[in-house]
Amino acid sequence: MSQVLAWLAEPLGYAFMLRGLLASLIVGIICPVLGTYVVLRGMAFFGDALAHIILPGVVVAFLLGWPLGVGALVTGILAALVIGAISRRTDIKEDAAIGVVFAGAFALGIALLSLQRSYAVDLTHLLFGNLLGVSDADLWLASGLGFLVLLTVLAFYKEFLVLCFDPVLAATLRLPVNFLQNLLLVLLAVVIVVSIQAVGVALVLAMLVTPASAAYLLTRRLPAMMLAGAGIGALSAVLGLYLSFYWNVASGPAIVLIETAIFFLVFALAPGRGFVWSWARRRQERSSTA
Amino acid sequence: MNQLISRPAEHDRTAPPLEVEDLAVRYNGAQALSGVSFALPAGARAAVVGPNGAGKTTLLKVIAGTLRPSSGSVRVYGHGPGGHVCIAYVPQRTQVDWSFPVTVAEVVMMGRARKIGLFRWPSKGDWDFVHTALERVDMAELDERRIGELSGGQQQRVFLAQALAQEAELILLDEPLTGLDLPSQNAIFGLLDELRRSQVTVMLTTHDLNLAAERFDQVMLLNQRLIAFGPPSEVFTAAHLLQAYGDHVHLLPGANGMMVLTDTCCEGGEEAA
Repeated sequence: MSQVLAWLAEPLGYAFMLRGLLASLIVGIICPVLGTYVVLRGMAFFGDALAHIILPGVVVAFLLGWPLGVGALVTGILAALVIGAISRRTDIKEDAAIGVVFAGAFALGIALLSLQRSYAVDLTHLLFGNLLGVSDADLWLASGLGFLVLLTVLAFYKEFLVLCFDPVLAATLRLPVNFLQNLLLVLLAVVIVVSIQAVGVALVLAMLVTPASAAYLLTRRLPAMMLAGAGIGALSAVLGLYLSFYWNVASGPAIVLIETAIFFLVFALAPGRGFVWSWARRRQERSSTA
Repeated sequence: MNQLISRPAEHDRTAPPLEVEDLAVRYNGAQALSGVSFALPAGARAAVVGPNGAGKTTLLKVIAGTLRPSSGSVRVYGHGPGGHVCIAYVPQRTQVDWSFPVTVAEVVMMGRARKIGLFRWPSKGDWDFVHTALERVDMAELDERRIGELSGGQQQRVFLAQALAQEAELILLDEPLTGLDLPSQNAIFGLLDELRRSQVTVMLTTHDLNLAAERFDQVMLLNQRLIAFGPPSEVFTAAHLLQAYGDHVHLLPGANGMMVLTDTCCEGGEEAA
């Protein structure tokens, strides 16, 4: 028993591991809450694109020596609003508009970064995260923004619910539809920014959609889906970090791999809606009709 | 923060619940509707019929205020639709995401989102409203059901309950009867009768000329423009039907009046009236 405790406690003896754990817990909890909307509204591609679009902002902040969060937040919010405007105001379909902005911004970010001598290391950190390099300041920023995101989701819960389920109803109820839509995009940008340090631009999408999708299969109501998603995200963060500590796996990918494993477990075994369940039901139906 | 939400317009009780004047709509660059003018008195029940692509859904959306007309006007109790929260628009069932994780009671409560107001949670009074609405559509015992588990008739009734919870005075229903069996249709007509008694105005689209002729006091024949509007006996004439449906209608002399066969129905079936 004491051996297990020692095994569990050992990584926490390192300050950088403790900071990394706290940061990944924050990300693991807020990503699935926002991810619930991403999954239900079919915005996965948008979320992925937004994460890549943020890159030039992060790079500029990095080159100027600003906190990365500031640059990322400004570009993220700007990009979210620009994409919204392009697809609302022209005949260009939304996914094409996203594609144009997505690829262009990503290229700009990499081009800017390639001017630096430490290009390869920096790029790796931005693409795949640098959880063990989280500073106290990063941690404060992440917890502040995370708290703000959760508070906003709570405050606009019923409006977001109507908007996601039935946008036309939101319009006939004369809810401020554009404001709510933009607010949701801004929240998404904030969550992505907070997550970049933990898992990087390339893997943020997993944090948003994987636990939320698993939670979707396990629950019947939106609040339960958010809670279950946050639970899966938090569990994956902890397990992923231990995986990273003891087996030397990069921490961001480790967390994402745990999330993916949980998703497939749920996909197979979820009561009522899992793969095994429906296979058994089909079998039973066949034998009862035969 | 509350400036985000405009105050609903005061109803002018001397004005009709719905008055449409010379309405025209362009949709994706093409003319979808033009020259539509009509008015409905309070408590009226009107059916909009016409071939596919006639602009029936477009008309409902413009009246609901979710689509802007390119010219003409819609007045609901004397004001443009944008200022009203008393208009309920119930989309076609195929337009709804039935896999969404919400319960029946939650969907009905959505109708009250505006009345509850920003930064507030539903009060006990709001829940009472929801449960009364569900009782009126005979769905009270299914309130905790996930919406994906309902039959077609039940799905339609949930959205009617939502309109009731919204305290709507003008209810627009897009194809509410399509695909429903006779008992489900009758349940909906029972509720429409009740709504008529409380002076709620109802306008719905349908492909079923038979139902339109028998169970509505006003009928509108539409094919990108208004062909006829009025009591069914005046609207359903051979000339009007030919104008609306063209080659897709076959008129046969029947035992008591005229038999009409159209082949434009949504489900490929033929209907007689």
